[in-house]
Amino acid sequence: MKLGNYILRRAAMLVPVLLGVLVLIFVIAYVIPADPARAWAGQRAREEQVQALEERYHLNDPIHVQVYTYLKNVILHFDLGVSPTTGRPVRDDLKAFFPATFELALCAFVLAIALGIPLGVVSALRRNRPADHFSRIVALTGVSTPLFWLALILQFVFYFKLGWLPAMGRSTIDITRYTGFVLVDSVLNWNWTAFGDAAIHMILPAATLAFYSMGYLVRITRGSMLEVLEAEYVVTAKAKGLPRRVVIYRHALKNAIIPPLTVLGVEFGWLLGGTVLLETIFAWPGMGRYAAGSIVMVDLPAVVGYTLIVALVMLLSNLVVDILYSVIDPRIRVGGKGR
Amino acid sequence: MRIPGAAMYSSRYRLLQKRLHPITKEWGLTFYVLRHSKLAVVGAFIAFAFVFIALFGGLIAPYDPIGAKIEDRFQPPSASHPLGTDTMGRDVMSRMLAGAQHSIKAGLIVLAIAVPLGVLLGGIAGLFGGWVDEVIMRITDMFLAFPSLVLAMAFSAALGPSLFNAMIALSIVWWPMYARLVRGQALAVRETSYVEAARSRGASRWHIMFKHILPNCLSPILVTLTLDMGWVITAAASLSFLGFGAQPPIPEWGRMVSDGRIYMLRAWWMSVFPGLGIMLVVLGFNLLGDGIRDSLDPKLRRLTEVTWKRKKTSSSSTD
Repeated sequence: MKLGNYILRRAAMLVPVLLGVLVLIFVIAYVIPADPARAWAGQRAREEQVQALEERYHLNDPIHVQVYTYLKNVILHFDLGVSPTTGRPVRDDLKAFFPATFELALCAFVLAIALGIPLGVVSALRRNRPADHFSRIVALTGVSTPLFWLALILQFVFYFKLGWLPAMGRSTIDITRYTGFVLVDSVLNWNWTAFGDAAIHMILPAATLAFYSMGYLVRITRGSMLEVLEAEYVVTAKAKGLPRRVVIYRHALKNAIIPPLTVLGVEFGWLLGGTVLLETIFAWPGMGRYAAGSIVMVDLPAVVGYTLIVALVMLLSNLVVDILYSVIDPRIRVGGKGR
Repeated sequence: MRIPGAAMYSSRYRLLQKRLHPITKEWGLTFYVLRHSKLAVVGAFIAFAFVFIALFGGLIAPYDPIGAKIEDRFQPPSASHPLGTDTMGRDVMSRMLAGAQHSIKAGLIVLAIAVPLGVLLGGIAGLFGGWVDEVIMRITDMFLAFPSLVLAMAFSAALGPSLFNAMIALSIVWWPMYARLVRGQALAVRETSYVEAARSRGASRWHIMFKHILPNCLSPILVTLTLDMGWVITAAASLSFLGFGAQPPIPEWGRMVSDGRIYMLRAWWMSVFPGLGIMLVVLGFNLLGDGIRDSLDPKLRRLTEVTWKRKKTSSSSTD
């Protein structure tokens, strides 16, 4: 199958999943809770107020009508409804908060890959030597440390005790916003002080967020590299007298990289989810903090909108990974490999 | 038809695609390999210590974990309060000892709901195939399209914040991984000659499921289960940290970290120790899970088998 066709087919398959995802979130949000309108109106609200809210959000309609209306609004107008707590359209809220979260997750993602994969490779090549022990310890701590706790500790050490890094917020310098991504905008403004400031603010949250994924990538890369190094074609390549460098990069690494690559899509989604925990701690003005706040307020339209966006990004990042995957390993496109 | 993501489901599941030795056979050797891995022993020790504390922590706790004692507030770690005291003068160590049960309860309940559900659905999908398989697996895919924490949060929000609801929410998001796992195994086992032989004898589908498919799934399930214990504990603590899980004054560890957050400068011990506790426990389950996986790895088993057999014969000859 041609690569173009493959991409098209994969993208087309996103549609039914997204539809299903929409219905699923909607059912979770609107069917399970006992009385959302009462939660929005507050404990001491009068009965009329609650009823007015129910009327306004169509909570008394039969469930299939509710689902239908919601789907129609989302698909035709990309309208996610109005948040009962902020009083603004959820779409506008999310649009304002999305770049901060995406930027943070992306920085953490790059950091995790840049550290995790090389560390895993080195670990496998130096099996049972100090370098291996070191990276295995790093990997194990990475996957065992609770994110929210690590954030507090790093904040405490690097901000309160050492004073090296800022612990809160995204940047302190005002610049013209073009994209909403501070790092990009400061470059577009040609303002390097602002860029440095934004970068410094990024370090702690991104490092915390990346820690788990990095540990996970080290584990997967190490395992897959060890397996490949014992494979017959690598032994053959060595026996042919090829230089070690060529054997490692051409033969071993190219195959060993596939398993870590396959988990990257999931990892990105995980990082995006992790921002819910981190953004509150680091006062990061992103949609994770917005979601955490909305959940506390039982702000269902906001929660549904947020969950939908995260699912969408996760599906897209999986699509990208799949495409990458099929470029590296053309067998996938033919469907020759088992599920 | 496959849904986007050959890669999508692979994360933890991928680690288990290697064929593992069935847990029910030759468990003497399994135990031997396990016992000789230092890290696995450390992991097992931590896990058992944790279970012990969860069972008896409330009884060993030297102070009242719930009642306030304002005159003792913000005491740094000392001989009388090894891990310090919190804003209400409660002993942090006593609270941790008494709170361990909530973490382990969360882990056990979530897995006790999610694993049978996933195994059943995955088994049915793999066994029946056709449209049954399609429907079940598409639902599974939808659940896997979310980061589990986000989905669990949405559920918790809908159900209302409490530790019990957090467990329900986590169970709902945790089963799809097991459904995938079991279905994959079922598909593989279904094609083997011994299942064909059983079928030609007139064995029913359920007989094949319980006699052939499930026993083959036990090893990967056991390994995933052990590793997942740590993950569920972290997830439950994360939900509590965000305010969705345990409500005060329950001394749940994630909640304790969150309570100490604003006092970090004044009383760092309030957050640091409960978090350290979570980390240790998760580390323990990770080490144990890795150890069990290694002990069921056919390659490693072959390497150890010789010494094990020699030892066994020599010990039986001296008897």
